[in-house]
Amino acid sequence: MLEVKNLSFDVASNGGTLEIIDDVSFTLDDGKFLVITGPNGGGKSTIARLIMGIEKPTAGQIIYNGKDITALSVTEHAKLGIGYAFQHPPRFKGMTVRSLLSLAYGSDLAEDKCCEYLTNVGLCSMEYLNREVDASLSGGELKRVEIATLMARKLGLAIFDEPEAGIDLWSFKMLVETFKQMSQDKHDSVILISHQERIMQLADEIIVIAQGKIRSSGSKEEILPQLLGEFDDVCGFKGKGAKEE
Amino acid sequence: MNGKIDNDLLETIAGFHGVPAGAYNLRKNGEGAGRQSTENIEITTKTDNPGIDIHVAPFTKNESVHIPVIITETGINDMVYNDFYIGEGADVLIVAGCGIHNSGGSKTEHDGIHRFFLGKNSHVKYVEKHYGEGEGTGERVLNPTTVVEQEEGSFCEMEMVQIKGVDSTVRETTVNLAAGAKLAVTERLLTHGKQTARSNIDVYLNGEDSSAQIISRSVAQDESEQVFYPRAVGNNKCRAHVQCDSIIMDNSKIRSIPEISANNSEAQIIHEAAIGRINNEQLIKLQTFGMSEAEAEQVIIKGFLK
Repeated sequence: MLEVKNLSFDVASNGGTLEIIDDVSFTLDDGKFLVITGPNGGGKSTIARLIMGIEKPTAGQIIYNGKDITALSVTEHAKLGIGYAFQHPPRFKGMTVRSLLSLAYGSDLAEDKCCEYLTNVGLCSMEYLNREVDASLSGGELKRVEIATLMARKLGLAIFDEPEAGIDLWSFKMLVETFKQMSQDKHDSVILISHQERIMQLADEIIVIAQGKIRSSGSKEEILPQLLGEFDDVCGFKGKGAKEE
Repeated sequence: MNGKIDNDLLETIAGFHGVPAGAYNLRKNGEGAGRQSTENIEITTKTDNPGIDIHVAPFTKNESVHIPVIITETGINDMVYNDFYIGEGADVLIVAGCGIHNSGGSKTEHDGIHRFFLGKNSHVKYVEKHYGEGEGTGERVLNPTTVVEQEEGSFCEMEMVQIKGVDSTVRETTVNLAAGAKLAVTERLLTHGKQTARSNIDVYLNGEDSSAQIISRSVAQDESEQVFYPRAVGNNKCRAHVQCDSIIMDNSKIRSIPEISANNSEAQIIHEAAIGRINNEQLIKLQTFGMSEAEAEQVIIKGFLK
């Protein structure tokens, strides 16, 4: 179980401080699928990076399975079974997709397992195994390899930061299936940052973050209609998930 | 050849223990220490200079030549001339390299001057590894000079690797390409401590439709210094690509000077050069797999120099 308690994160800005995250608290039970959504620049990725230990909060606590992990390093967070798929994954010159997946797994990963993970994210596995994770991969390909690295790990909590960004429509459909499978099969908890309604449909719970605060949170059934209603009001047409008349 | 030091050096630079399969010439502490010619590959001692001539018969396929040099005594200054004559249509692997174990206080130096004459449509894969070790204070110096003359349609692949242990190195490489000849050079270098390394590569694309690719990747650590000066000169309709990529660490210094010049309007030559630290996001990404920062750094360097 993940407990985020009164989490705040400030940065120095123009001689003052800028609050990126302001007193955020929530709890995620084991096996639950949480989608964090909200406007760009609202602090979603920062929350993910705080939970992974990449950034250290200015105040508040992060408790994972009863243990206070607030001050622990990224490496220690990883060893406790927390994984994070970056919004903008780095590229590695000279490293093949297969070796990156093996590093994620922790030892040499069998070819059929590599292929399975790559297929799940919509990449033709044989074509990609020995490709390098460098500038020769497109943004969308890189994002999919990044998602595959999390699949290769044994995790208690998997965090995906806008996994759908840069991914074409066909692959997106496959990706949704993959996340759907993940939410059904595994007992891990998943936090997924997304703007996509079809991904929100998979959620058990949704949190809306804006200006560093939780604007609303609750079950998918409560939050999704509100969000789609907002969209309808602003744009003057119905989102697909809105109730049919 | 015997003893653990000899075998370890041979394993590191040439990938075998004892005696390799096929043609070979072993040189230890400035003297010949074993040789074998084959039906198609003849190795003979030079009469004018120290060194050997290697003749590969035309259309020889899938054979290899190993010519490793090891130096285990301190204070040796070994200079050797090796000439390779590759017959038309032959396809061979040549593994060279030098390993120095200097446990004394004097400088040990090996300067290898290699000349390659590639016949029409021949293919050579040349692998050269340099390595130094030893607990002594004596310097370990390697200054290789390589000259390659490529006839029409020949293909030369060169892999030149120097990972740690060599205090000072100046590498000079010159290649001349005739029509349709192709060259692919990959250079990998890691320096540390107070080591210095310089690599000058001059490639002359003289024949129509000749092509060259030079890829240099290096890592400089501690106080070490590196200079790269690859130069591609297009004298005919040709294509060339020069890429220098370096990771700079600690207090090291790197100069990278890729030069391209064209003397023909149909020459297409590109260069890229980059020097930078290890990207912080790369380190964090690998830490999210459970590695420590130091382990992540090692993995990134190993991949980069692969």
